[in-house]
Amino acid sequence: MFDVYEIRKQFPVLARLINGKPNTFLDTGASAQKPRCVIDKMLKVYSEDYANVHRGSYLLSEEITLEYEKARKIVQKFINAKSDKEIVFTRNATESINLVAAAWGRKFLKKGDEVLISEAEHHANLIPWQQVRDETGCTLKIFKIADDGSFVWDEYAKLLSEKTKLVAVTAMSNVLGTIFPIKKMAQAAHNVGALILTDACQFAVHHQIDVQDMDCDFLAFSGHKTYGPSGIGVLYGKYDILEKMPPYQCGGDMVDHVSYEKTTFAEPPARFEAGTPAIVQAIGLGEALNFMMNLGLDNITAHEKELTKYATEKLSEIDGLVQIGTAKDKGGVFSFVLKGVHPQDMAFILDKEGVALRVGHHCAEPLVHRMGYESVARATLGLYNTKEDIDRLVKAIEKAKTFF
Amino acid sequence: MDIEELAENFELLDDWEDKYRYIIDLGEKLPPLPAEFHTDEWKVQGCQSQVWLVPEKQGDKLFFKGDSDAIIVKGIIAIVLMIFSGHTAQEIKSVNIEEIFNRLNLREHLSPSRRNGLAAMTEKILHYANVL
Repeated sequence: MFDVYEIRKQFPVLARLINGKPNTFLDTGASAQKPRCVIDKMLKVYSEDYANVHRGSYLLSEEITLEYEKARKIVQKFINAKSDKEIVFTRNATESINLVAAAWGRKFLKKGDEVLISEAEHHANLIPWQQVRDETGCTLKIFKIADDGSFVWDEYAKLLSEKTKLVAVTAMSNVLGTIFPIKKMAQAAHNVGALILTDACQFAVHHQIDVQDMDCDFLAFSGHKTYGPSGIGVLYGKYDILEKMPPYQCGGDMVDHVSYEKTTFAEPPARFEAGTPAIVQAIGLGEALNFMMNLGLDNITAHEKELTKYATEKLSEIDGLVQIGTAKDKGGVFSFVLKGVHPQDMAFILDKEGVALRVGHHCAEPLVHRMGYESVARATLGLYNTKEDIDRLVKAIEKAKTFF
Repeated sequence: MDIEELAENFELLDDWEDKYRYIIDLGEKLPPLPAEFHTDEWKVQGCQSQVWLVPEKQGDKLFFKGDSDAIIVKGIIAIVLMIFSGHTAQEIKSVNIEEIFNRLNLREHLSPSRRNGLAAMTEKILHYANVL
């Protein structure tokens, strides 16, 4: 059974009072809080088990290498990859996407080729492709979404052609909450001979991922959003594609043989993990993903679905509040503005009431402009949020209204 | 009103709500910047709200006008201008803005992590004091 009030107790920071008020944390979309098991695990590794990986000829190094590689296997299980060799550890999803852009994009894209992305991308899945476009002469195409934030199949299909070499698209918008039909999009992409990269940063926090079923070629997500530490991210890539890619950065741990004249590179994933990796963070991520899998991804999804429905209703009852992103198929991301009140001003009051959310363009400036705003407020759900959190948000918004 | 008067007025306010209402009031009283200055040229780098700052030198004194699309930010701009505007470059450089904001219990608003443009704004004022 998913008892959110019991689960909350495993997140120490949620018990902290903020400005004397209960901690109403509604910014998981930016970064999630960490459960006790992740904190304890990392503390234990630093206290009792620490050494470098893949190098030492002694017990500690051997043990921690096993732990580090075990974390890779946990990620493999979390996204149902065929092999743990398809899991590359990075710093975060931003680096994962940059890795694909730099290593795959520079090698395989040329003038006349097209990369297709949506209007709803985070900067991390837009700017790397602009850079690759400028370097290789390929074309960057952007397909439109509906005014309510919905995915529109025809807009996507219209821009997909034989020229398309890569579709790079979010699985769930960080501003609108819209969920994109990745499996169907992947089929269509493959039909024209294109690969598909999925930015699963938001999606991975709330849903079961099965890369084999979705049939995506690359998938990226960040550890810090899936209740793990910051400084660790994941790039999944189909092995036969990773194998053809040149290194991204060069240094230790990613080589086969090195002489002063020539270097041969290691097989993936080691080829893409130059230097000492984020060892303890990777192990912490493994613990966090186990935590999610033990709770049950389906249970997490069901809990948040109910809360999303509740929040949508409650927010729509607030006079003067406009919700941005109201697609039928959306998750727990609520962007909104209050008529006549700047989101920043509202956030000052909310902060004093213990409510944490984000305001601004959410690293998706073109999207926020496309929706007609300079800045919006955004509340996002995590598995620990309750109806009481939503009630406190609503009460704080009503209070903010009395100021302006 | 100078900053000493403002500090005294602040002390009379009981809680953060009254203080914010007072800051909003200061923001509403600050004359808006003419539309021609609402351009990138006069914009201060911020993320969550937009802030504009326009300097003017008269004799050896620097005068500043400022604006924001967020009213609380605008109220705090009014306080920043109260501190800096109408002073010589030497006077501006000798101001300990952090100490003043600590005294007013507004320190959080100067924090660069808020990215509301106020921290960048005070830096820009100091920059003008050095170059104008």
